[in-house]
Formats: sequence, C-alpha cells, structure tokens
Amino acid sequence: MPRRDDIHTILLIGSGPIVIGQACEFDYSGTQACKALREDGYRVVLVNSNPATIMTDPNTADRTYIEPLTWQMLEKVIEIERPDAVLPTLGGQTALNLAMELEQQGVLAKHGVEMIGAKAEAIRRGEDRELFKQTMRKINLETCRGRIVKSLPDARDVLAEIGLPAVIRPSFTLGGSGSGVAYNREEFDQKVQRGLDLSPIGEVLVEESILGWKEYEMEVMRDADDNAVVICSIENFDPCGVHTGDSITVAPALTLTDRQYQRMRDASFAVIRAIGVETGGSNIQFAVEPQTGRMIVIEMNPRVSRSSALASKATGFPIAKIAAKLAVGWRLHELSNDITQKTKACFEPSIDYIVVKVPRFAFEKFPEADSRLTTQMKSVGETMAIGRTFKEALQKALRGLEVGSFGLGCDGKDLWGTAAEPSLDDIRVRVSTPDPDRVWYLRYAIKAGMPLDELHALTGIDPWFLDQIQQIVEMESLLRTVGSLAAIDDALLREAKQTGFCDRQLAVLLGSSEMEVRFERRRRGIVATFKSVDTCAAEFEATTPYYYSTWEEEDETRPKPPGKKRVMILGGGPNRIGQGIEFDYCCCHASYALREMGIESVMVNSNPETVSTDYDTSDMLFFEPLTCEDVLNIADRIDPDGVIVQLGGQTPLNLARALSAAGLPIIGTSVDTIEQAEDREKFRELLDRLELKQPASGIARTLEQARREVARIGYPSLVRPSFVLGGRAMEICYDNVQFERYVAEAFAVAQGQPVLIDRFLEDAIEVDVDCICDGKDVIIAGVMEHIEEAGVHSGDSACAIPPHSLPPEVVAEIKAATSCLALRLGVVGLMNVQFAVKREEGKQTLYVIEVNPRASRTVPFVSKATGLSVAKVAVKVMAGMSLAEQGIDADPVPSHVSVKESVFPFVKFAGVDIVLGPEMRSTGEVMGVSECFSIAFAKSQIAAGILLPETGRIFLSVASPQAKEIMVVLARRLIDMGFELIATAGTARSLADAGIAVEVVKKLQEGHPNLLDHLIDGRVQLIFNTPRGKGARTDEGRIRAASVLYGVPCITTLPAAEACVRAMEALRTESLGVQAIQDRLLVTQASAVPS
Amino acid sequence: MVRAALALEDGTVFVGDSFGARGTVSGEVCFNTSMTGYQEILTDPSYRGQILAMTAPEIGTYGINETDVESDALQLSGFIVRHASRIASNFAATGTLNDYLLKAGIIGLTGIDTRALVRRLRMCGAMTGVLSTEVLDHSQLVALARSAPSLVGRDLVREVMPQTAREWTESLDDWSVPLEQPSEGGVYAAKPASPVGVAKHVVALHYGMKWNIARHLQSSGCRVTVLPGNASAADVLKHKPDGIFLSNGPGDPEALSSCVETVRLLLGKAPMFGICLGHQLLALACGAKTFKLKFGHRGANQPVMDLASGKVEITAQNHGFAVDEATLPAELIVTHRNLNDNTIEGLRHKTALAASVQYHPEAASGPHDAAYLFDRFRQMMG
Repeated sequence: MPRRDDIHTILLIGSGPIVIGQACEFDYSGTQACKALREDGYRVVLVNSNPATIMTDPNTADRTYIEPLTWQMLEKVIEIERPDAVLPTLGGQTALNLAMELEQQGVLAKHGVEMIGAKAEAIRRGEDRELFKQTMRKINLETCRGRIVKSLPDARDVLAEIGLPAVIRPSFTLGGSGSGVAYNREEFDQKVQRGLDLSPIGEVLVEESILGWKEYEMEVMRDADDNAVVICSIENFDPCGVHTGDSITVAPALTLTDRQYQRMRDASFAVIRAIGVETGGSNIQFAVEPQTGRMIVIEMNPRVSRSSALASKATGFPIAKIAAKLAVGWRLHELSNDITQKTKACFEPSIDYIVVKVPRFAFEKFPEADSRLTTQMKSVGETMAIGRTFKEALQKALRGLEVGSFGLGCDGKDLWGTAAEPSLDDIRVRVSTPDPDRVWYLRYAIKAGMPLDELHALTGIDPWFLDQIQQIVEMESLLRTVGSLAAIDDALLREAKQTGFCDRQLAVLLGSSEMEVRFERRRRGIVATFKSVDTCAAEFEATTPYYYSTWEEEDETRPKPPGKKRVMILGGGPNRIGQGIEFDYCCCHASYALREMGIESVMVNSNPETVSTDYDTSDMLFFEPLTCEDVLNIADRIDPDGVIVQLGGQTPLNLARALSAAGLPIIGTSVDTIEQAEDREKFRELLDRLELKQPASGIARTLEQARREVARIGYPSLVRPSFVLGGRAMEICYDNVQFERYVAEAFAVAQGQPVLIDRFLEDAIEVDVDCICDGKDVIIAGVMEHIEEAGVHSGDSACAIPPHSLPPEVVAEIKAATSCLALRLGVVGLMNVQFAVKREEGKQTLYVIEVNPRASRTVPFVSKATGLSVAKVAVKVMAGMSLAEQGIDADPVPSHVSVKESVFPFVKFAGVDIVLGPEMRSTGEVMGVSECFSIAFAKSQIAAGILLPETGRIFLSVASPQAKEIMVVLARRLIDMGFELIATAGTARSLADAGIAVEVVKKLQEGHPNLLDHLIDGRVQLIFNTPRGKGARTDEGRIRAASVLYGVPCITTLPAAEACVRAMEALRTESLGVQAIQDRLLVTQASAVPS
Repeated sequence: MVRAALALEDGTVFVGDSFGARGTVSGEVCFNTSMTGYQEILTDPSYRGQILAMTAPEIGTYGINETDVESDALQLSGFIVRHASRIASNFAATGTLNDYLLKAGIIGLTGIDTRALVRRLRMCGAMTGVLSTEVLDHSQLVALARSAPSLVGRDLVREVMPQTAREWTESLDDWSVPLEQPSEGGVYAAKPASPVGVAKHVVALHYGMKWNIARHLQSSGCRVTVLPGNASAADVLKHKPDGIFLSNGPGDPEALSSCVETVRLLLGKAPMFGICLGHQLLALACGAKTFKLKFGHRGANQPVMDLASGKVEITAQNHGFAVDEATLPAELIVTHRNLNDNTIEGLRHKTALAASVQYHPEAASGPHDAAYLFDRFRQMMG
C-alpha cells in the first residue's frame, strides 16, 4: 500500500514558541515532515506562531501561516485551505492538544478533516492518565500504583493507600509542568492543590514513588500494517525522580540483559498497539526496580518527542520523516533507509558507539528558583556527544555543554585541590539531591574516597555508570602521576584521549598549555579520527556523511572533491537563554546558501534538537562539541577553505580568535573587527569620528573606581560585568544604595574582568537594527522598534517592524547611522545595532547602545517580516558574492506590520518575580502579523498565551507620578470598553482624582481580602503593574509571581500596557484574519518593485 | 595488561589488550551487530570455529547470569570487543564476562578499533584469522592466519552435537515468553489454539541446537526427544515422531552429506520444521544448493518479510551460508525473504508437510517477533 490518494492537502500544526519542554526538536520534526509530505506530492499547510523556525520559511510548506496557535485561528486556516487531513503528532504537546480541541469543538467533523497519524481516541488513551492505566491493565502491564483525583480530599485517600513519598502529576500539562514529589503531608497538600489549578481539566495523578528505579525510554515506530520496530533504547543515568528531559541519558540501554530488553521491547509494542497509535512514532517510558527487575510503564507519548529527535540524531534514523510517510499510508518496508540507501526503513538500528545527552540549565537567570531536579522539567537545552566508549562520550558531552567545564573536572571549573574543595559531608549532600552539578560531585565523591556502594546508595545511579566515572578518575590519577607532557608515553596519551580527556584537561594534568598538548600529540601522530553514524554498525555502506570524532585507527571522512571549496559553519551548541533556535536558523541558512553557490557546507554542532544537525541539511555534518580543540581537529581532517563564526551566537564568536590564531580562515567580518566593536575605547573613538552619541559610560576594575565613575555618570545608571552573555547580573541603579548592592554582584560575576557602568536612558525608545554589509554596500534588513522602553533586555521585549511610533526622519537617521557604522567597522556579513531614541529638549536624540558584528537573535524575525532571506544573503556576502552581484540594491519594504513577542519560562519556576529587566530570561518568541499595528500586537499576545480579556476586572498599579498620568489615560479607555478597575490605595487615589471609578483593594500586608485573594478567586482578569521594587520578597513580586500561578496576564511596563489597550480596543471592532505568508510576501515584493 | 593481537589472512593486524583466557586460536573472523545478548551468543553452538567481534562497543555491562545460556559450553574460538566491562551490573548477574571467558578458556581481545575490523570484513568478506596472546609478531601471526584451515567444507557439527539421545524437560521461563500483543484498542487478539491435550512428540535433530528452541517447542505443547545430528532416519522414525525438527548448527551445510541424506529420507514421514542449518539441510535435501555469503548475517535486527501475510518481522540471525535461489527445486516455495539483501529466509515444501526458516524464531538473543513459527509447527502436527 503506497501513499494514500484520497487525501491531497494536509494541515501540519507546529509547536509554537520555544519553551521549557518544547524546543527546536519540533522545528526539526516539522521541517522533516513538510519535506517528506511534499516529496510525495501532498500540499502541506503549516501553522506555527514561531518565526524563528526553518519550518515557517516560505519554501518549506506550500502554505505557511505564522498565526497564533489557538483552535479558533486554526479553524480560520481550515476554512481557507480546506485540508483533507490534519497531522497532529509532529508538533509536540501543543499540536496534539490543539488537534484534540479542534476535534472536541467539532471543527474537524464540520470541515471533513481526518486526523492522521493518531486518532483522537488513541491520543486520549495515551494522554489521559486514568484511561492509560486502564489500558495498561488490560494488557497485563504494570503501572505505578495510585490514581487520578479531582480534589484534595480524594488525593489524601490515595495517599493513605500508597504512602510517602508520593508523586503528583497534573493531567495535560506541558513538560510535566506542576509535577513533583512530596515527602511530607504539607508538601503533598500544596503540590496537589497547585497541580489541580495547573491542569486544564483540574485533575492530578497521585502515585507511589518509584524514586531510584532505573529509567528507560523506547522509541517505537509502527506502520498501517502493524509492523513495529524499536529505533532506539535510551537508559537514564539519573534514576527515576528526575524528569527524563533533565536527566543525563545514554543510548543504547547498557545495563539490561537481552531477556530484560526483549521484554521491554515486547511491552513497547503492546503499549503502542493497545493505545492504538496507528502509524508513526511513540515514546514509551519504563521504570525497572533495580533489585528485582520488576518493570512498570511510566507513560507514553503518542507522538514524536524530544527523545525521538535525540534518537534520530543518535541512530541516524529520521523518525519524524518516516512518521510523516507512515501517516499517509506508506509502510516501513516500502521506505528506504536514507543513510544506506540500499536497505529499508523497516529495521532496528544497531549502533557501534555510545551516545550521551546532558541537559543544560539556566538557574543563574532565576536565582530565586529551586535548582533541585524533580519530575518537572527545568532544563532549557541539551547537548549530545558520541564516542566509542561511555567515558569518552560523557566527557565530550560535558565539555559540549559550554558551562566552563571541559569534561569531568581537571579544568578551570574544578574545585578539587582548591580552597573551595568540598568536604565529604558537602559531597554527601550534593550527590544525594539531583541538581545540574551532580555529575561533577560524583567525581569529587570518588576522589574523596567514597566507596561506590555508598555512592550508589546515595544516588541510585547504576553501579556500572559509577564505575565508569571511577575509571575516568583512575586515568586522571595516572596522568597526574606522570606529571608532564615530556614524560607521558604515546600509549597513555592515546588512552587518555580515548577516555575523553581533551587537550585543555591534559594541559592542566600535565602542567602544560592546551596548544602545547595539541602540538605534541599531533607530532606523535595522535590525532582524532572520524567515524560515521550509519544506523547499521558498518554492516552496510553509508552514503550520508554524518560523523563524530574518536581516537581510533581508521578515519572515514571523505577527501575534498577536486575543484570544490569547503566552508565550515560553527553552530550554537546547546540551547540556553539568549542563544537558541534563532542562531540555528541562521546556520541552516548558511548551509543552504553555500550549497546554492556550489560550495560544500560542513556543519559543526552538538545540539540534537536542531535542524542544523539533520543529516541532510549540510554536505557534511560533524556532531561535535564547539570547543577550540574539537573544531581544530575537524579542520585538520577536512581542510576547510572558510570558517563561519558569526551565525552561531556567542559560542563560535568566543572561539574566533583562537581559531584564527591557529590558522583557520575565518570568513566574513574579521576577528579584529569583531574585537574592535567589543573594545569600548576603540568603539567610542569610532562613534566620535562618526559624530554618533553614546550614553555616558565608564569602566571600573575596583569598587573605588566604580564609585568614582558612577559619580561622574550620574543616576540612573546601568551596571554590568563585561564579557558576560545575555545581560547576566546587569542591573539599573537609581541611587547609591542600589548601586552598592548591584556593583558588588557584578564584580562577583565578572570574575576578574572589569565592570561596565553606563548612563541609563530612562523612558527612551529602544530600536534594534539588522543590516548586511559587503564592505561596499549596506542593506538595512529591518528596523525594529521595541514596545518596552530601553532597559528591558532586547531579547525580552516585544518589537515591531516597521517602527510603529518613530517618525520617518528618525528612522532615516537610524538607517544612515547603521550604514556608517557597518562600513567604518569593515563588517562583511551581518551586524546588529541597538539604538535608544530619547526625547530631549523637544527633539528626538539618537544614542548608540551596542553594536554586534554578528547574526542577532532577530534575524529570522526580520526575514519573516520582510521576505528577505537575511542570513542567506549575508552568507553569500561572506563567501565573496557582493550585494550587487546578488541583485540586492534596496532595503526591503514590508507591506504589513509584524510584531515579535517574547515568551517566558516563569511557569516552571514557581515564585520567581516576572518583572522584565536588563537580564534576558525569555526562552522563545512568537510573531503576530497584520495590516495594522494594534491587531498585529494583539495576535502576538494571543500567540504568546497572554489572554487579553474582553470583559472583567483589571488591576492597575503604577509607581512614578508620570506613569500615573499615563495610566489615567489608559484607565479611561478601559472604562470606555466596559472594564471594571481595581487598584490599591495610592493608584486608586490618582484615578479617583481624575474622576475614574475604581474599587480599592487591600495590599498584602493590609489583611484580607487583599489583591492576592481576588486573584485566587478569579476576580482579576488582567494586571498592569509597573514595578517599584523587584524580587520575590516584595509584595509586588509576590503578586506578579502569583499572576503566573493563576494564569492572569501581568503587564509590567507602561508602553506594553498602552499597546495592550490599543490591541483590546482593536479586537472589539475587528476580527482576527489569517493570511499565508506566501501571499503576504507577494504583496511585499509587489510593493518593493517601484522603489 | 597483557597484549593480544588478531591477524587476518589478508595481512591486517589489530593489537589490543587481552581478556579472558590466553593462548592462540584460529577461526573464521565474523561480526555480530546485536546490542544485547552476548552471553547467549557466546554459548550458541553455531559460532563453533569462529572468532566473533561484537559491533556494540560496551560489552559485559550486565555481566553473566545463570539463565541466559544456550548450550553447555562456550562455543566460539575467540571474542573481540571494543571495551570489556570490568564489573557486572544487573540484579541477575552472577559473574563478570572476563571470568566467564577465563573459566571457559576463551581468548578475548579488547581495546581495538572494532569498527575498522568490521568494515574490513564487510568490504573483503569473511576471512580466516588468528587471535593470540602468545604470538604478537605481526608477520608470524599473519602467516599463521594464512595457514589456518578455512571454515568451508568442514564438518563442525560433530564437535557440538550430543553423543546420546535425551528427553528435553525445560520450558520457557516467564521472562522469555513473548508478551501477548493486543490488537487495536487494547484488546487481546484471539489466542492461538491452545496447546492443551495430548502433547505432540517432536524428535529434534541436534546439530548444535540452541536450548531456547527446545524450550519453545516444549512450551508450544510438544514432548521433545533430542537426537544427535548424525542419527539415521531409522533412528528418528523409531521414536514415532509426530514432528521432526532440524536444528541450527555451525559451519558449511554442504559438508554434511549424510545429514542431508537423512533429511531426504525423513521428508514426508512426519511434519518437519528446520531452523538455520536445519533450513539449509532441508533445501539441500530437496536438491537446492547453498552458497557462502560475503560476510554473513549475524545480529538481531534483520528484517524478514512473511510473503504470505506481507508482514515484516525483525529477526535474530546467525548464518554465513544461504540457500541459492537459482538452484531451488520446483517443490520448494519461498515463504520468507530478507528485506536487506533479498536472500531466502524461509521455505515450504509444496507437497510434504515441511517448512524452514533461515533465521532464529527462538531469539535468545534477539526479538520475539517470529515466535509464532513454533505454534505454526505445532499446528502442522494437527
């Protein structure tokens, strides 16, 4: 049975913005699905609100809607596009939930749309915990004891049966949000209540604890003929109790006998059949009691997942692509295995290497959040490493994590042997509670002489893994004994490399430098070899050049074809706040651009979630950590003609100097130029020459200097450490008290680097500009006016293209300044400039805040808003094709308004204050598009999950007198729309003075009922609160944190409040339309012709 | 650490560390792509005369236990892994891989680029090799490899078959019974005809039979009498079998002319089922020929299509020879086919009640997908 002929148009739902638990992996799966379905001649209609995705590029699907992901908007798309089928299993939980809503609302039935991949009934059985348990019972598979409850008293009944500790999981929440383990009764009550609130259907599962059990995942595929295969087994290094997304995981499973493994395989098939996922991929999680082998099913995802992306990268088997093909009727054996081309997709990959995934966290951004790892996912990204042994893969993954560690210790971050060396007691505490640093504490435990039995008892980590760590420590000791590079023999040096020690660690252990180690080992012929990921353990020839490094005898890379050039693209590594999918998008476009130019593209990246690490994105793929050594090792082998460092975010940029010094040809903007833009002195001189203004600024190396500088610069001032990403420890100070507090923190974070102090421009409008320069000409790709005022990190603020309030002459001035800067700096490729526009003495004054000669986070947004493929054009420029040669001679003129809004992970970090500031904390973004600003903004809010109410009560609270003035105006407009207003005494008085009716509510310390009570009771639908003080300890902070908990939108800046009011007004008169970007871009192109 | 080296007849030498026993052995060097099940593989008599490399790099992780045993001895000549685990981690474990090999006198080699070895074998085909902890001189070792006997034409069955007849008494344990698979919506499909009632008597010709085959036969409702592979047709018929089973076994089937003759005589006398070598013997008995595959099928992920149902099963395989389709007589029908290289995986006789598969429905190690074949054999016996 080949493809189905009775369906023609297929609706694919994306996963929306990047959030914790749902990241680039669904861009990867969605993009694969689009390609796979179009290849078969289907017309694909895609809906996704996230512009920073490859799948929303205009040529990925036939029709692309960058619209909010709500069932109402989807119905509009369905009305226009009339799809025959919807494929809901490739867009994460978001798509699955939306498809279920469409079904429940009768939309699918009304328009005759068939659900393919998984039917609603199967999704329900897989997702609804009680139904799932029942189904498992029918097929004689054990699940955790416990059951679903809808109230706290019922939960207490269950507790009486199962005892503490107990696990609490709310139904239908993303990434297990609200899940946790309760160790005492009080905690139990709290967690159950929170779970009931969070669950969209108000139910939670209360279960026996399986803490410390071994945890496994099986990635299963099934076709319409009921053929089923396991693509990959995954074993969690961290035992049950830590969400699998937060666990270190290993593929394949290593500590199961064949008998035990086959039983799990049988069970996996029984689950997928019983749940009734007809075609496609599912992920099934198991727990195994280590002492007896008792196996229980934890859960299943009736869709492709983060783990299936990992499994795809780990095996070379493209799960999402095959899932899409199976959904339209193909059977596994009718599809070929892309990697071997000769064999079929109906088989189970065999891998001859070990894969280790390590999650990356962002707790430094949320100091108030609890960094203990639980069954609720908290990580923001992950890195994957491939090695021929577990030890090699683990160390590689740890250095690929880019957290300053270069493996399991023996690096700059190692506390062992320093004054901060942890005591055995500290170690006991740290290993017993899983947190992001636990793996390094396992080493400390072994170094401190803790027996493995005790370590196993404290951690529940399988003894096999602990022994591996012990072996790494043994190698470390051996190397320390040798003590010098001159004294080490070849065999030991090779063995050290095979154990995963990088040159940087060897330099520490042998008292040398990284480059000396590199030189010496190359002299001795100890060089990295590269092996293929081929799905079949070399049983068949692989045609796909997907490689990983190791330290074996044979290398499998292919020589450079004669007459062809090779360019290496350095990716962004694991997702983190400030560096994520936007940069991966740029890297993918680099690959496409190079291919178009006939240049071999070589991708280097370590993030398994991404499109860039799909095996057919580039001509060669190296799944490797982004460290100097790893990149140079690849370059040694493949001899690149160019290396692109400006697209992968800060990661490759940080390597640029060292790579260039080692002789790699960095293309595009030179390393000198990059550094010049970062050197404040040189940069100031350049601005002076160009007669551009900059806020007063200073540099301080000591606290004394800092005090002198701030006295000169004046308040408010912005204090931050230099050479630190994403606005870390950046704060605005209004007085000496604040200054003293924050400057101390900045020095602490700066770790010896100076602290920067800038005059902060209050109430200024911030503007982001992306441009492309070829050294001769400049194209201004986009001018983005921020919604929030300057001071909110550009990655966290909303912004609009074209500018919604700036007068044309200011925009022209901005463009001219940008051009000057790019040309004078000598940028070749991309540059991003941040300006502040401040009204001073009756006229708008332009200040340059920052210049970054690299791809910015906004490149994909600008590309989607203007239709200009910004990254692609820039890469061609870097590869030597001028803008003129590319036929680009005018700035793109968008025909519509696009608003980008940021999306935050606050719901995962209970109690954290959500107020926006100079430190970036958003994980993702959405885009709203319309003919006018107010509707585009409204769409961006809906897409970001901010439910602007149509009726009800709005709480207002503002700090400064000027703000109160503006709020009065807004309050009138809200009253006109029929809203009721409430406020605490201060704000209420200002409003009352202006003759506006307002209900006064108590502050938190004024007793009950106070604002919090109103919030809990659902009497408040929206909060406008501009902050006086920050932090979870303040009243305001608690209210804002509570707003997250109760799902009430909370707007924390005046400009955003104003934009919201505009949007709410517009929503009363206009309905939200949808339009495919293919149609919008046609308009843009048409309107661009005359100019 | 004691060093060990492997030389192939083409002159390639791999040097690594020794584990298990020490000494010098020769054999056909081949590879297995299973990621689990090394203990079953070590005890599988079909590996007699072979030096086996595992492609999965971490071996020995879950140790050795008392149940995952497929014969009374370790059968292969040498065992090669990328990294041998020094500890055993599993609740069922009773010892380490190293001790197991040591006790059985099997030479192990670890720490070599096993992928390079596998690629060599894939490109050049299976080769004779010598594994040694004593002879480490490359040219000497290569010379040994070149003078070692080839597997082709050798009767290895004699070395692994039992000397006497015995009644089989063991059935599958709970852990090895394939989980019943439900049909759509979580309801069990109708169970196959229950094997209650009078047990059918199967005579199994043991050419190197894996124990799990006998366990499966017993669990599907048979009484099993195991006879040495060289038993005559008269010996077999003396037991009045309801069914005759032809087992797996090592080496070149064409070297077993008397066994082939026996099968020819037995064909049609009682329902017959063969696995692996047994499948090849059935084909030879019907007049087909076998040929040596370039590097064989050894692993747990070989896709096989049941041509009657169109369904695919993932199978465990271990064979270096296969039935040549061009020589297939008219009375043999191909029932199963390998999806990777289209070789014959299953046959059925047109007139006599006889069927066979090239792969291992008994798994151990490997997937349980094909376990239904034992029920089919049971049904053949009425």
